[in-house]
Amino acid sequence: MPLPRTYNTEAIILKHSDLGEADRIITLYTPNRGKIRSVAHGVRKTKSRLGGHVEPITLSSMMLSRGRSLETINQSQVIESFLPIHNDLKLMAQAFYLIEMTDAFTSEHIENYPVYKLLLDSLHHLSKTRRVELLFRYFEIQLLGYIGYRPELGECLNCRIPVEPVDNFFSPSDGGIICPNCAHTGPMSQAISVNALKVLRLLQRGEYATAIQLRITKDLSRELEETLQGYIRYLLERELKSTGFLELLKKDKMAV
Amino acid sequence: MTSRYGPAAEPVARLIEEFHKLPGIGPKSAARLAYHILRIPESGARSLAEAIIAVKEQITLCSICQNLTDIDPCAICSNPARDPFTICVVEEPLDILAIERTGQFKGLYHVLHGVISPMEGIGPDDLKIRELLERLKNSTVEEIILATNPNLEGEATAMYLQRLISPLGIRITSLARGLPVGGDLEYADEVTLGRALEGRREV
Repeated sequence: MPLPRTYNTEAIILKHSDLGEADRIITLYTPNRGKIRSVAHGVRKTKSRLGGHVEPITLSSMMLSRGRSLETINQSQVIESFLPIHNDLKLMAQAFYLIEMTDAFTSEHIENYPVYKLLLDSLHHLSKTRRVELLFRYFEIQLLGYIGYRPELGECLNCRIPVEPVDNFFSPSDGGIICPNCAHTGPMSQAISVNALKVLRLLQRGEYATAIQLRITKDLSRELEETLQGYIRYLLERELKSTGFLELLKKDKMAV
Repeated sequence: MTSRYGPAAEPVARLIEEFHKLPGIGPKSAARLAYHILRIPESGARSLAEAIIAVKEQITLCSICQNLTDIDPCAICSNPARDPFTICVVEEPLDILAIERTGQFKGLYHVLHGVISPMEGIGPDDLKIRELLERLKNSTVEEIILATNPNLEGEATAMYLQRLISPLGIRITSLARGLPVGGDLEYADEVTLGRALEGRREV
């Protein structure tokens, strides 16, 4: 039996780009079909019925019809518009980061429900928490785990001996911890403190409620950020674009 | 030289190639346009070519509002009848045409030539924001109307501008959000409908 021509799904809208006169290509992340690229016809016209229902950083219920390379959005209805994010420049810039990470690390039509759930939960948490750095680190380490880049934090990747509570090293190319004895063999690894390693393990265990309560110093926060960002840069082989804007807001002290 | 357009003579192939570079023109349309040009009288072809050259040679950005113009300052900026105390900030030159069509705005404009789009890597420095601030610094402007598009990037840009401009003590407004004339309540999204309720009016 042939597949039905249309199907219904929920979707988080990741991004859009203009196509032709009044259309847009909309990139979606769905619970059961992974990332999908679709066309919203006529959406840039003021009287479009799709209009506000396919804006990035919203959760919508949709009817899509299959296409050869792109699906078509037939109907869309907003379920959750994440208004606090849309009304605040800083939150918006932070949400862009979560979205760009999701987009960068996923491929089309590959189902990954945990990634969907992680993104949705993180967008919810974003407007409620004041510990954005911890939310980001949690999101990063969880996302990397769900897509197959789970960093090894338990044993040295070289000698396979369980990690001792001393200053160790994190090697992006190996994808985890290298103990001090093996560190000289690794090509590029950076030191990681005992505390940073503990926090990363906690985040990796997925206890968001506990993790977000942690009290961490500025230095530790920076160390965590540099460790994970180094790993992400190594995997993507490029910089994420949205980090530039986040940095700019921080620098201008406008985000406060 | 054998062209990828088969047996077409070299000048014809070159013309097809040029048309093909235009947005929305595929190889077939490009060939059809090229053969159309071959059929029309020389005067028609010449005036098309001259028109293309003229826009490239004569059109620059207005030094005040950054709109496309053939005289500097542009016709709007140099019109004494326009209200110099109000500036309407738009994304693209085409947006000016849309607002002018309403016939209800008598102030001046400022064209940003884009929007902030962090995921595309387009930041404030890629837009004409510095020019806007320069313009506001020593001026008597009383009101800035933010008329960016009511979508994510437009709102981000408007919020960014609002933070930059508010320390200057200038009144900042934005276009109202609401229902389009001829639209249908049933298909309005919550955000639009919510804003429309917020901005409801005494009748």
